Amino acid sequence: MKGIGVSPGIAVGRAFVIKKSAPATNGIVLQSKEEIAAETERFNTAVLNALAEIEAIKNSSQLMLNDDEIGILETQVELINDPQIREDVLAKIETEYNTANDAMIAVTAGIVALFESMDDEYMRARSADFQDIGNRILKYINRNGETNNRSSFAPDTIIIADDLTPSDTITLDLNLVTGFATQAGSKTSHAAIIAKSKGLPAVVACGDELMNINHNDFIILDGLSGFVYVNPDEATIRKYSAKSASFRQQADLYRNVKHLPAITADGTQIKLLANISSADDMDMVFDNSGEGVGLFRTEMLFMDRDTFPDEEEQFEFYKKAVISAAGYPVTIRTIDIGGDKHLPYFNLPAELNPFLGYRAIRISLDQEALFLLQLKAILRAAAFGEVSIMFPMISNIKEIRDAKAILEKAKKELIAAGTAFDANIKVGIMVEIPSAAITADILAKEVDFFSIGTNDLCQYTLAVDRMNEKINHLYDPFNPGVLRLIHNVIEQGRLHNIHVGMCGEMASDSLATLLLLGMGLQEFSMSAASIPTIKNSIINTNIARAKQICADVMKMESSESITAYLKETTL
Amino acid sequence: MITKGYTITSAQGMHARPATQLVKLAKEFSATISIKKGDKTVKMNSLLNILLLSIKSGETVALIIDGADEVSAAVAIDIFFTDTLKHL
Repeated sequence: MKGIGVSPGIAVGRAFVIKKSAPATNGIVLQSKEEIAAETERFNTAVLNALAEIEAIKNSSQLMLNDDEIGILETQVELINDPQIREDVLAKIETEYNTANDAMIAVTAGIVALFESMDDEYMRARSADFQDIGNRILKYINRNGETNNRSSFAPDTIIIADDLTPSDTITLDLNLVTGFATQAGSKTSHAAIIAKSKGLPAVVACGDELMNINHNDFIILDGLSGFVYVNPDEATIRKYSAKSASFRQQADLYRNVKHLPAITADGTQIKLLANISSADDMDMVFDNSGEGVGLFRTEMLFMDRDTFPDEEEQFEFYKKAVISAAGYPVTIRTIDIGGDKHLPYFNLPAELNPFLGYRAIRISLDQEALFLLQLKAILRAAAFGEVSIMFPMISNIKEIRDAKAILEKAKKELIAAGTAFDANIKVGIMVEIPSAAITADILAKEVDFFSIGTNDLCQYTLAVDRMNEKINHLYDPFNPGVLRLIHNVIEQGRLHNIHVGMCGEMASDSLATLLLLGMGLQEFSMSAASIPTIKNSIINTNIARAKQICADVMKMESSESITAYLKETTL
Repeated sequence: MITKGYTITSAQGMHARPATQLVKLAKEFSATISIKKGDKTVKMNSLLNILLLSIKSGETVALIIDGADEVSAAVAIDIFFTDTLKHL
C-alpha cells in the first residue's frame, strides 16, 4: 500500500486502529422558549467544557508540549471561542428551532464546505480542523461535560486512522507511538504537521485500503517513500530493520543538534546559513535548522530559457525566496555566468581560458542595462525581508566602486518611479580571486561584508582547473597558500570591523571547521544537508582549542601534514 | 479611527498560527479592529472569518482600528505586521 510520506523515518510495530463514527442529527424541532433556552445553555456549557479541557492540557507540565503543539492548542481555543461560530449556532437554535446538536452539525458542515472549495491547498486542509472543532463541541453537547482520559498505548504502536485531528493529538498519548498512517490528509494536514514536529514517521492519504488493517497487524511504514507494509514477509522485515537502524543513527545526530543553537562549548555563537538556488530550497534550510541564506545563486532564473528575464520576473523570483526566508537574512549574489555557465540567448564568445575571461561582475559592469535590471529587482525584493547584495569575482577596488555607482543609479530610478525598496541594503563581495584576498585590507573599506568563495579562490591561487581530472590532486584547499589567504581575509575583516562569511565547499567540510573557527570565522554557508554535521563539530569544541589548532596548522609546511594533523585532532 | 495598509510577509500567508496570534492580540484592546482584503472586511475577533479571507503571502490588507485605545492598538498591530509575522 502506498500513501504520501510526510515525515521521514521507518516505523516497525503493531497496528492500533482508530475508527470514528460520524455525528448524527436528531431532527428534533424545539417547541418552546424553555427548550430553546435549555439548548442554548447546553451549547454554552459544551463550549466552556471544551475550553477547560484544552486549558488543562496546555497547563499540564508532564506532557512536555513543544511550541508547535502549544500553537495548535491556542488555535483550538480561538476556534472554540469564535464569535462567528457561536452566532451561527445560536441563530439556528433560536430562529430555526434546531437542537444544539443539529445546529452544531449544520454550522460545521457549512464551514467545512467553504474551506473545501478554496483554491489553496493549505486552506483546504483546514476543513479537517473545523470538522474537528465541531466534533469536539458536539462531544460535550451530548455528554454533558465528562472528559476523556488520554488513551495510552503499548510501546511500538503504529496508529492507523482515517485522519488524525488536533483533538486526537490531545487525547492520544503520542509519546508511546512509533508512527502513524492515515486514510485521508495531505502534506499540510494537521497529521503531517504534528508528525514532523514530533519526528514520528508518518504516511497520509493511504486511501480506503488502509482501513482493512486489523488491530495488532504487524506494520512497517516508510515515512519517506510512503510505503505501508501489512504483515510483511521475513525479507522485508530484515531489509527495513537495517534501514531503520541507519536512519535512526543519522536522525539522532540531526535531532540532537537540531534545536541546539550553534554555540561553541565556551559560548561563541556561530551562524550557520545555507546556499540556495531558489525559494523551493528554503524548506530544506529550515528542516536542517539553517538561520538564513549566505548565498542565493541567481543563475537558475537565467538558465533554460530563451530571453533575459525582465525586472518584474526577477523581482518575483527574488521576492519569493526572501518571503520564504521568513525574516532570516538572505544574501543575493548578482549573476555569475561565464566560466562554465552559459546562457543560450546570450552570446558569449568562445574563449581559450573562460575561467580567466568574460564572466560574472565583468559581464555585469560591461552590460550596464542588464545589471541595472537585476539590481532594481533585488532592491525591490529587499523590502520584504533582510537582504544583502553580493558581487562575484571582484579583483580590485574599482570594480566595487563601479558596481556601487550602478547600484546608486538603480536606487535613484526606483525613487523616481515611486517604487518601494530597501535603501539601506548591505553590500558585500565574494572574495574568490587571490588579488582580492591579498588586498582585503583595501577592499574592506568599500564594503559591508566579505564572503569567501573557496572553490574559485582555490583554483585561482593554485592555478588548477578544477574540471581537469589529470591535475585534480593539486586542487587542495588545505594548501598553506590558500589557508594563508583565507586567514588574511578573516583577519582583515575583523580589523576593519566588517562581517566575514564563507560560502564555498570548505564551509561544509568538517575537517576544516575547527581550523576556520580558530581563524576567527563566525559565519558558514553551505548546502542545507551539511548543516547538522557542521553544527555538531561546533557544539563539541571551544574557541581556545580551535585557536591552538589554527596556530599549529599555520606553522606547517605542507597540505599533507596539515590534513593528517586535522584528521588526528578534530575528527 | 486609524487605517493602515500592510503587505503580508510570512511565507505561508495568514495561516492558522499567525491568525491565532492576531486574534489574541486584538483581544488585548477595547478598540474594534477589523481587517480588510479586497472588498471584504471582517472583525478581528473571529479566527474563522480571518481564515476565510484566505490571505496569501505578498497580498495587501488594510487594518481599521477604532476605539478609545486605538493608538496603542495600532502600535501593537504595526509591530505584529512588520516584525512578528516574518517569524511565524
